[in-house]
Amino acid sequence: MNYRRLMAVAAVAGLVSGVAGAATLDDVKAKGFVQCGVNTGLVGFAAPDADGNWTGFDVDYCRALAAAVFGDAEAVKFTPLTGKTRFTALAAGEIDVLSRNTTWTYSRDVDLKFTFLGINYYDGQGFMTHRSLGVDSALDLDGATICIQTGTTTELNLADFFRANNMSYEPVPIETNAEARELFFAEACDVYTTDRSGLAATRATSEDPDSLVVLPEVVSKEPLGPLVAHGDDQWADIARWVLNALIIAEEKGLTAANVDSMMANTNDPEVARLLGTEGEYGAMVGLSSDWAANAIRATGNYGEIFDRHIGPDTAIGLSRGLNALYTDGGLLYSPPFR
Amino acid sequence: MLTNPGPQKPGFRLSMLINDSRYRSMTIQVVALMGFMLLIAWLINNTIQNLNALGKDVDFSFLGQPASYDINQRLIEYTSRSTHLRASVVGLLNTLLVATMGCVLATVIGVLVGVLRLSKNWLVARLMTVFVEMFRNVPVLLWIVFFMVILIETLPRPRDFRGEDATATMSLWDSVALTNRGIYVPEPLFSNGFGDLSIFGLFDVSLDLFALLAVLGIGIFIARKVRQRALAIQAATGTLPTTWYIRLSLIVVPPVALLTYLGFHLGYPELKGFNFSGGIHMRNSLIALWLALSFYTAAFIAEIVRAGITSVSKGQTEAAYSLGLRPGLTMSLVILPQALRVIIPPLISQFLNLTKNSSLAIAVGYMDVTGTLGGITLNQTGRELETILLLMLCYLFISLSVSAVLNWYNNRVKLVER
Repeated sequence: MNYRRLMAVAAVAGLVSGVAGAATLDDVKAKGFVQCGVNTGLVGFAAPDADGNWTGFDVDYCRALAAAVFGDAEAVKFTPLTGKTRFTALAAGEIDVLSRNTTWTYSRDVDLKFTFLGINYYDGQGFMTHRSLGVDSALDLDGATICIQTGTTTELNLADFFRANNMSYEPVPIETNAEARELFFAEACDVYTTDRSGLAATRATSEDPDSLVVLPEVVSKEPLGPLVAHGDDQWADIARWVLNALIIAEEKGLTAANVDSMMANTNDPEVARLLGTEGEYGAMVGLSSDWAANAIRATGNYGEIFDRHIGPDTAIGLSRGLNALYTDGGLLYSPPFR
Repeated sequence: MLTNPGPQKPGFRLSMLINDSRYRSMTIQVVALMGFMLLIAWLINNTIQNLNALGKDVDFSFLGQPASYDINQRLIEYTSRSTHLRASVVGLLNTLLVATMGCVLATVIGVLVGVLRLSKNWLVARLMTVFVEMFRNVPVLLWIVFFMVILIETLPRPRDFRGEDATATMSLWDSVALTNRGIYVPEPLFSNGFGDLSIFGLFDVSLDLFALLAVLGIGIFIARKVRQRALAIQAATGTLPTTWYIRLSLIVVPPVALLTYLGFHLGYPELKGFNFSGGIHMRNSLIALWLALSFYTAAFIAEIVRAGITSVSKGQTEAAYSLGLRPGLTMSLVILPQALRVIIPPLISQFLNLTKNSSLAIAVGYMDVTGTLGGITLNQTGRELETILLLMLCYLFISLSVSAVLNWYNNRVKLVER
């Protein structure tokens, strides 16, 4: 016991003070905004635009959550976090929810004590290299210098992939996507590896996208999604069902434009339950009855968010692929709203 | 017979704790200490309670689990299957490497700049002033990033060295390659070396290096004995025997003979695939960190050296001159020994600062102990409390060791009062 006490003396006071006592929903309502952890800058997912407003796929989830709680998509503040700092920030209660291309893994769920709310992007780790190097397979990368963000699952996958294929490499660890770009574009590393969505975003925002090539190999499963800390099931339920509501909305054809008219006249009972015109579903979780309608009105459904930030018509140009609805051959599938 | 009982001893009353000046300061100290202990107890209790509330315990068993990540610069054998403990040791050695290199270079530059700043040459003195003010007034993190950017942006890429129309060539008779991934220099190789000695199966030490150091050490030892004997002869007879060639050959010949026996040759870097292979690879993260820390700390050391030299009164120089000592001897026998007393104590702080500043290494991706134990291991295992505590212990250990060595040296050079 003495030993543990001695250890604990040195413990940082911040770690202590961060533990929230009351229910997160009450805390959030009391302070008047949702504190959301996002990427430090990955165009398409989370990055400040020219006016300094945070925009992106991950950012819109936070806005939808704020709209569900407050009816106001602007009642949200963003904390940019690196791959290294994100979990500490969430565990210490600095942020209410983390929406930052975070891979759902066993140890993060069980050992780090986080609750993953679902999967909003099915991704896999890939490799991007300079076309002029003439490489067309990741299996040709023996001896290459590889830029990698520390504190991510990609770091471990990379080690496993090269070990399994009996190849060597030179890792260059970096903290943020911006640093990786600088090193990669100056060819201080031959290859940049991260989730393929992140590669697409980096490639799309480079000076000459055609000079870069994303190799065909996908070396891992990276189910990305938002997460909250263990210990508050009500808050986890709210955050989980905001994500589900956005997916159901796409399934049912609800959009930001038509949600009001659908509220007034719909014959579909599930839509009526979702939008709060039937039943007391909002009260069950401690929100107003029209929380889902507010969320959809603020950001649009899942498909709208996807198309607006990372879809085929954007510079990032990602196709839906695995992220299409199950009815379209994808993996997106929300539990029923009843 | 009557004895004088003397003044009656007054009884002790509780109010004397406050009113009696003999006890008052003791009372205040005891109360303050109790308050301090209460504060600590509250902090401990709070931490334990909150850790329990989070469902976390303090557990160091993660150190035995496989680390699963790779480290680019490793001074001992390490793979991604090695344990977190070993990854921490690899990081610790990297910290010690850059700290040692930094302290040496910072001292050399610092002494040089400090002396030159006192030069009578106006231009040299002003240039040194510019150097000092430039480096000590910009945060060291910016210098680290600045050096890194220079290395990345200005040096050629490895593939610029390839092919018929190569735009870059290797320097120094094709032995050194300067690339934007680091500098490749020739490595010493032994065609019939003694091999490695495995210490407790934990890490390997090159026996060749060991033998070389031993031979060199013995040579220097004997050379000193020869010098002592020569001085004794001078004291006895008044003539100093010429011994420099004996001493020089004692130091040089045995190592050269050993190197020849071991089949010493240089391994040159060669462009293979994506990168150079062979030779020693000094990564640009190491170079940037090393240069930035050295120059930054050198600026402070220069000021310390200047202060030390100016603290010796001019009368000392004049007295030495009047005894007929030449300027060089005056500096080494009179000025510097006195200046060192002023220089050493603040120099210790600068070495400690440099060591601790090396924890900024992650800014350029140098895998020091903060990057491995306090970075990736912390992140992958989620054991914040444990890793940070270990990290603090590491730096504490390094700093106290540096202090101990330099304090010993300080005791040797400090003024002996009779």
